[in-house]
Amino acid sequence: MATVQVGQQILQEDLKWARQNSELFCRHRLVCLNMISSPGAGKTSILVETVRAIGDSIRIGVIEGDIETDLDARRVAQTGVPAIQINTKGACHLSAFQVHQALQQLPLSNLDLVIIENVGNLVCPGVFELGEHGKVVVLSTPEGDDKPAKYPAIFARSVAMLINKADLLGHGVLDFDLQKAIGQARLLNSNLEVFVVSARTGQGLGPWCQWLKRQVELQRALFRDQQTG
Amino acid sequence: MHEMAIADALLRMILELTKDCTDRPISARISCGQLNAVNPDALCFAFDVLAKGTRCEGMRLDIQIIPFQASCKGCGHVYDIEQQYRCPRCGRDQFVLMPEQPLVLESVDFEGD
Repeated sequence: MATVQVGQQILQEDLKWARQNSELFCRHRLVCLNMISSPGAGKTSILVETVRAIGDSIRIGVIEGDIETDLDARRVAQTGVPAIQINTKGACHLSAFQVHQALQQLPLSNLDLVIIENVGNLVCPGVFELGEHGKVVVLSTPEGDDKPAKYPAIFARSVAMLINKADLLGHGVLDFDLQKAIGQARLLNSNLEVFVVSARTGQGLGPWCQWLKRQVELQRALFRDQQTG
Repeated sequence: MHEMAIADALLRMILELTKDCTDRPISARISCGQLNAVNPDALCFAFDVLAKGTRCEGMRLDIQIIPFQASCKGCGHVYDIEQQYRCPRCGRDQFVLMPEQPLVLESVDFEGD
């Protein structure tokens, strides 16, 4: 028996497409975030309210990932921003190649921010890089406050966490300890930005939107430095 | 279940690497960080299904899962944090995560001399 040493990443093809996406974002000087959550946590609702709040000052494009239907893309498109739907037909996560194809359909030169809403799943989307600047994990209060401990990878790998459906707290219907959830997540990731929000009532969306605008400003400043440097 | 996508990438990788080999590949060693949430049995099953009819049919996968580890901020002890966050040596729950380990095809074994 002969053994050949290889030492190569198995997902190198995906990483190649992720790098191409990253180069596209850099070329067009835009920020890309990858929103990840369990199904029903409220990603689309948050997106819709975010666009309504800052869509006039930040040019946003959206890529929607679902197994079936274009319901979410149509819902987001009603706000007036370009939204491209990817149907994975059974795959539990978006791939960098699928995102690359979708990006060809967005007016990238006229955008500041692309938000990818990944397939509803707290595990697989965290494994497959799409070329984004950062992952944003959405946790909703009915899911329980132990999600960071049960799904450490996505909380460790994200730049921001939104705790949605905060309007359900304080009425005695949920056993959700906000400090416990935040504490567990920050144990895994001390730099995690945390936003406690309600897409339904608008609670907490202000700081989240300000953070998004700040990310776009940072990207613009980075580009200016590169131009003058 | 992302093991199917990983098995597909692995199979294509091994087929590409071995396309000019006269000997048949019989096993492969893979390392995978625990944070990738790969179930070894599921990955082997997916690979078996996809490899049928190819030169990789019947290959054995030896999968090493590298534990999710952290370094204690108090005493520097490195420990697995899968089941608990507290340092087993000093009891602190403040830690720095060790660098993540990706999915790697480490080596391929071939039949023959």
